[in-house]
Amino acid sequence: MHNSEEFKIPFGPQHPALKEPESFSVALKGEKIMGVDIRLGYNHRGIEKAAEERTYIQDIYLIERVCGICSHAHATCFIQAVEEIANLVVPKRALYIRTLIAELERVHSHLLWLGVAGHEIGFDTLLMYSWRDREVVMDILALLTGNRVNYGMNTIGGVRRDIDPEQIQQTLKAVDILEERTKYYIEVATQETTIIKRLSGVGVVSYDDALRLDAVGPTARASGVKRDIRADDPYAAYAEISFDVITDDHCDVYGRTVVRVKELMESYKIIRQVLKNLPEGPIAVRAPRMIPAGEALSRYEAPRGEDVHYVKANGTDKPERVKIRAPTLANIQAVKHMLKDRYLADMPIVIAAIDPCFSCTDRLVSLSHIDSRDKKTITWPELHQFSIEWHKQQGIDFTQLNKQLEERLKKC
Amino acid sequence: MLGMLFSILIFPGLLFVSVFGLSVEYIDRKIYARLQNRLGPPWFQPVADLIKLLAKEDIIPKAANQNMFKLAPLFALTAVVTAFLYIPLWNKESLFSFNGDIIVVLYLLTIPTLAFFIGGWYSTSLYARIGSVRSLTQLFAYEVPLFMGILSSALLAGSWSLKEIINFYAGHNWFWFFNLLGFAITLVSFLGKLEKTPFDIPEAETEVVAGSFTEYSGRLFAFLRLTLDVEMVVGSALLAAVFLPFGFSLPPVFAFVLFMIKILFIVSLISLLRTIVARLRMDQMIDFCWKFMVPLAFLQILINLIIKGIILR
Repeated sequence: MHNSEEFKIPFGPQHPALKEPESFSVALKGEKIMGVDIRLGYNHRGIEKAAEERTYIQDIYLIERVCGICSHAHATCFIQAVEEIANLVVPKRALYIRTLIAELERVHSHLLWLGVAGHEIGFDTLLMYSWRDREVVMDILALLTGNRVNYGMNTIGGVRRDIDPEQIQQTLKAVDILEERTKYYIEVATQETTIIKRLSGVGVVSYDDALRLDAVGPTARASGVKRDIRADDPYAAYAEISFDVITDDHCDVYGRTVVRVKELMESYKIIRQVLKNLPEGPIAVRAPRMIPAGEALSRYEAPRGEDVHYVKANGTDKPERVKIRAPTLANIQAVKHMLKDRYLADMPIVIAAIDPCFSCTDRLVSLSHIDSRDKKTITWPELHQFSIEWHKQQGIDFTQLNKQLEERLKKC
Repeated sequence: MLGMLFSILIFPGLLFVSVFGLSVEYIDRKIYARLQNRLGPPWFQPVADLIKLLAKEDIIPKAANQNMFKLAPLFALTAVVTAFLYIPLWNKESLFSFNGDIIVVLYLLTIPTLAFFIGGWYSTSLYARIGSVRSLTQLFAYEVPLFMGILSSALLAGSWSLKEIINFYAGHNWFWFFNLLGFAITLVSFLGKLEKTPFDIPEAETEVVAGSFTEYSGRLFAFLRLTLDVEMVVGSALLAAVFLPFGFSLPPVFAFVLFMIKILFIVSLISLLRTIVARLRMDQMIDFCWKFMVPLAFLQILINLIIKGIILR
């Protein structure tokens, strides 16, 4: 471990800084990062395949579980695509309620991120405070939808629960509390010396690089890229609501923090407008069980950035193909760039600054051996054979047992 | 002979300082938790943690140097417990007082850091090695302002013996007010020695897992934890004796209680400091220590020299 010598340390798949398994292999020279190897794929759950096996109604709940934090984002994004294929006109009240839940979700996600960021730079007090205040919005979500995380609010053609005036009053009260707290956090994030020291100048992505690396969401907006699906390609009720797209020109982690805390204020603005202008009427239209053949691409501004769902229908009650592109997949490319020439100490906060959600991101493309760089796609029988041989090497052999089983089956 | 054994092993030695260390850990954790709007641990939590760890299996990595790995925690614990014997608790004189004992205490307080380095280095884990190199790098940053801060007070008193220092301040009431700057510097550098935020760089959980302690478990880890607790007590006691040197002429019981209160006051200051800041990066920490703390420590020494030259002549 001499300073001239380069060595590699494993940062994950299991590491206290990472909330989900993901592997970063860091080449270090002293404390300086010389290179980072990012390997995705530790959290693959086969959700896309599973979605093809289920009906559309079942898929809503499956796809809601793509992500624990932005569950409403994925569900809405999927449903928007299905509704487009089926040519459904969703009632306005339903669109407004979807917008309301979406913004409440953004509030809870950004407060969660603020706490995680505080923890990554060793500022646990910020974590405790922001997570305490996050409970306020979680309670409101539970009040409106019945759940704290996977809301189950959406259905094809509308939403499943209506909002009554008393709930509106309680939500408005909670928003007042949250707004006051958020003002305090803006003050803390922009004035506390040690936070600024740890955040500014770290993980820089310039405007050009953000465009080139295709960053999305707060990561892009902190580099001055004015990219927000809510404003660029309005869905739900966003076209009728006035709000600002927050951008920042710091281009670093500090900028990303500022963008997020300021976005909280915008969210409160949106929530107030939604509750004030909530139109009367039905909350859902009847949707057909069989969705006509067709395909659609749907975009949605999740708390972490642009979420894209592609759905192809074949006229049955099950989709033929569902493709999910979570915002983290777009942002993870930028992480490698951000870590160039930084210190090991910056690594947790730089990774955390894109607000990664790895389990949402993992879509199997190819399998490759951990030690080799060449990638190849493995078919199912090959994988089966590989697992048998791997277990044989470990001293576990089922061939004899299998033969006995086959013989018994023959006798029966 | 028996009396000496009693004072080394029971009071104010190993047993007392361990129990006091654990209660200080509880107070520190409780204050930290309350400031963060949490409930905090129950009073017996540190004791329960210690007993649990003592009952657990020691796992030593195959590649680690067995002797070094096992001896490092014992060295660290022995050094800090010994250091406590040189600090006056209820009268002006400690058990083994002699001229120059303040240097011995500072020296003994450096040993745990070196022991952590050795333990981390020989455990051969990459995280432990980075952590131990960090704790040694950090040592060079905070040690200088720490020494300068403490010795500036000794300079004013004109002695390197804790007994003489306390005697001097007893004779010159309120002179310790001149050392408040030095007190602040020493307190902040002391956070570096204790590896607490903002200087918890060597054991930064999100970067290097647990630093030097990554591979430690069971009994050895219990000793390391106890070392940190006792280190906090000894350091706070040293600060209390040097920078708050009043009340030693009271009857022993009152003096003792007052001294404990002083220690707890310093511990609460430490808890408060670590609540309100984020962890610094290594380069920032070294910059901070050499660019701010050391010049301020020089200023304190200058002030003391001027006072010594003008007022005390």
